[in-house]
Amino acid sequence: MKILVAVKRVVDYNVKVRPKSDGTDVDIANVKMSINPFCEIAVEEAVRLKEKGVATEIIAISMGPKQAQEQVRTALALGADRGILVESDEDLQPLAIAKMLKAIVEKESPDLVILGKQAIDGDNNQTGQMLGALTSMPQGTFASEVNVADGRVSVTREIDGGLQTVNLSLPAIVTTDLRLNEPRYASLPNIMKAKRKPMDTFTPEDLGVDATPRVKTLSVEPPAERKAGIKVADVAELVDKLKNEAKVI
Amino acid sequence: MTTRLLNDRDIEFMLYEFLDTENLLKRSRYQEHSREVFNATLDTAKVIAEKYFAEHNAKGDANEPTFDGEKVHQIPETKEAWDAFAEAGFLAAHYDFEDEGMQMPEIILRASMAYFTAANVATSAYPFLSLGVANLIHSFASEEHKARFLPPMKDGRFSGTMALTEPGQGSALADIKTYAEPAKDGTYRIFGQKMFISGGDQSITSNILHMVLAKIKGAPAGVKGISLFICPKVLVNEDGSLGERNDVALAGLLHKMGYRNTTSTVLSFGENGGAVGYLVGEPHKGLSYMFQMMNEARIGVGMGAALLGYQGFNYSLDYARERPQGRLPSTRDPESKQISIIQHADVRRMLLAQKSYVEGGMAMCLYASSLFEDSQTGETEEIRKEAITLLDLITPMVKSWPSAYGLKANELAIQVLGGSGYIREYPVEQYYRDNRLNPIHEGTDAIHGLDLLGRKVTMDNGAGYKLFNKALATTIAEAREQSSLAEFAEQLESALNTLNTVTSTLLNKLPEGIDEGMANATIYLDLFGRVFASWIWLKQAMTATQGLAKADVQENDRNFYQGKLQANRYYFEWELPHIETQANLLMSHNLTTFEMQDAWF
Ligand SMILES: Cc1cc2nc3c(=O)[nH]c(=O)nc-3n(C[C@H](O)[C@H](O)[C@H](O)COP(=O)(O)OP(=O)(O)OC[C@H]3O[C@@H](n4cnc5c(N)ncnc54)[C@H](O)[C@@H]3O)c2cc1C
Repeated sequence: MKILVAVKRVVDYNVKVRPKSDGTDVDIANVKMSINPFCEIAVEEAVRLKEKGVATEIIAISMGPKQAQEQVRTALALGADRGILVESDEDLQPLAIAKMLKAIVEKESPDLVILGKQAIDGDNNQTGQMLGALTSMPQGTFASEVNVADGRVSVTREIDGGLQTVNLSLPAIVTTDLRLNEPRYASLPNIMKAKRKPMDTFTPEDLGVDATPRVKTLSVEPPAERKAGIKVADVAELVDKLKNEAKVI
Repeated sequence: MTTRLLNDRDIEFMLYEFLDTENLLKRSRYQEHSREVFNATLDTAKVIAEKYFAEHNAKGDANEPTFDGEKVHQIPETKEAWDAFAEAGFLAAHYDFEDEGMQMPEIILRASMAYFTAANVATSAYPFLSLGVANLIHSFASEEHKARFLPPMKDGRFSGTMALTEPGQGSALADIKTYAEPAKDGTYRIFGQKMFISGGDQSITSNILHMVLAKIKGAPAGVKGISLFICPKVLVNEDGSLGERNDVALAGLLHKMGYRNTTSTVLSFGENGGAVGYLVGEPHKGLSYMFQMMNEARIGVGMGAALLGYQGFNYSLDYARERPQGRLPSTRDPESKQISIIQHADVRRMLLAQKSYVEGGMAMCLYASSLFEDSQTGETEEIRKEAITLLDLITPMVKSWPSAYGLKANELAIQVLGGSGYIREYPVEQYYRDNRLNPIHEGTDAIHGLDLLGRKVTMDNGAGYKLFNKALATTIAEAREQSSLAEFAEQLESALNTLNTVTSTLLNKLPEGIDEGMANATIYLDLFGRVFASWIWLKQAMTATQGLAKADVQENDRNFYQGKLQANRYYFEWELPHIETQANLLMSHNLTTFEMQDAWF
């Protein structure tokens, strides 16, 4: 069984980003970049499936700038067998990413595609679902448990009301939630081994995908600072203020 | 508020801008590596440090190791941390590929260790010591002993200690009492007591290799009669399997102010017939071998001191940004919002002082470690020789300056937090207690002062001292070319002149009376340290200036570089000038303390 895992290069979760003063974007020049934590969980799940003898090959793919190959290498050091980088300096948005993944899915025919449920930069929570729509593969999102047996995958999903288990035919898409597993770290010998694992590089054009962004960022601002509170004399004044000043009721 | 570990941007700055670590890739030893591999190594270090070390830093402090007469008990996280460290491959990383290592450069290993130390200095002491012991065995033990002892050290089954100090002897090792008698089988039997031995017993590994300094019976007096032995806690059979318990007993644990999760032990050797010891190298040369480990450990101690300072700095900085208190002197409106304390100039003073100490200290230690790297893998014999000569000279400062000022930074961090700084609900008082060790072990300040003035500056006809002068002169000339830094170039030049005048004045006076002449050596050490630290800061400032001049420099990087420039300015304007007072005392051969008499107290 072949697994495709997507890994995104994002600002490290430890970094507190700040908007640039001109409001065009957040300032991420020279900040530490890492694999999106949800993608790390995806890699871990794939590696565990391989260790259990369920999977035979894991392909790690990242789409992004040239430096995103670092995240592919990290996935290789964690246990993926080969890597793919789709290199683009565009601001890649979920739809473009899903289209590129679709092209790779067609090329590689994986039995399982595992992605993070969202990336901690855009927090979109869209790519897995879009890939499902584009490829008509069944999807199990927000996975907290994954079991593969008899050509099917059963995915326990974390939903608002509790847990829901879906049983999907393969090939299928799984997006990971936080509790699915605890990712390992790359040992130094595996970091060295990862250097020698193969990595293919494509461009969006190679895959026939137009990666031009469809959503435009108008401005980025820090949240307004909380103002000092006031004391109201009675309930009537409170209701009045809620109605006429805050305009929330 | 959790504590961030160090500052990734600063580590990147130090490794790849301030130092040229990427250039190591040109050396044949590192051809297989890449910057990506270096960064992945640092990432792994950070992940393990966060997950396995930082989490129990406070817990290990609150639950110090205990001894029930048979066994040492420690919180279980200690062993988990050790195992994670070993399994990730850090104990073997710097060895050759053919010795199952990764040929990782010293400086990358040192920077990786920085994360562990910052996360939990006490638990990191175990791998820290073991790395040093393995290096010692690797450098000086026989092939047979290497084959027997190194594999279990590299995979973490055995740990190591350095056993120098005794109940009676600390600073003056020449007088140690522990002795060794040759046995018929070519090994030795060791008798005596050692004290303060870190990691001398623990609940982590199945065996411990003590590197023991002892005198072979009949050896010459003084340091020329000291030999080095490997003395395992449990005997190791030739096939590597564990045999009987050796005659090394834990007499007791010591109870410390800080560094609590590192066991401090009193060890008794030979209470039951003699502890089996294996001589390392030649007889009577033990101290010179041990110096390899001590020199390595001294960079490590300086680094640890800087890093504890760094953690306190991080914490107090975050706190100062969040804690609202009071208003500026210019604000009259009592109903206006209170400002965060970082808005008070005096709090910024304390933060800036900390920044100058901790980033200065870390840069100093990484620079020293790059010299060590050059002394091993530099392209030419000349580069290697110069690197080790300069490193020898600066080691006393690399150990002592961060130990003094990293601690000072911790004191300031407490002050920034006010009352909260003093209570155990916040981490900064622990950093202070932990850091208080660093000016004591691996040679007290006094010992390094004596070593510097009595030995290092004149060694090899002052070769190291001359190299230091040359290195500073180069930086001064370069900085002069940049208008924004020219004023610091002038100040450093004048400081270097002061140092040179003080040095020659002190050296000239020595023949008249060595006791008087050496009396103020600790002050000399501090003066030298300040000049050295200024140089390190000016080099950082030059790097930052180049960074700022880049066309595409972004806002957060601009802030980062500005921070470096301001810390440089702070150090030059607020700290360096103290050398003038020190120089006056030294050059006038002030004997006030020397002449104070015991009875007058
Ligand atoms: C937590 C901890 C861990 C340690 N770990 C180890 C370890 O793993 N292995 C090990 O072997 N040792 C270890 N040590 C011992 C440490 O190295 C010694 O404590 C240190 O070298 C000082 O020796 P001492 O305690 O005997 O003090 P002393 O040598 O008695 O010194 C006391 C004071 O006298 C001063 N003094 C001494 N001699 C001179 C002189 N000639 N000129 C001027 N002043 C002088 C010193 O500077 C100091 O201020 C550890 C100590 C501690 C506290």
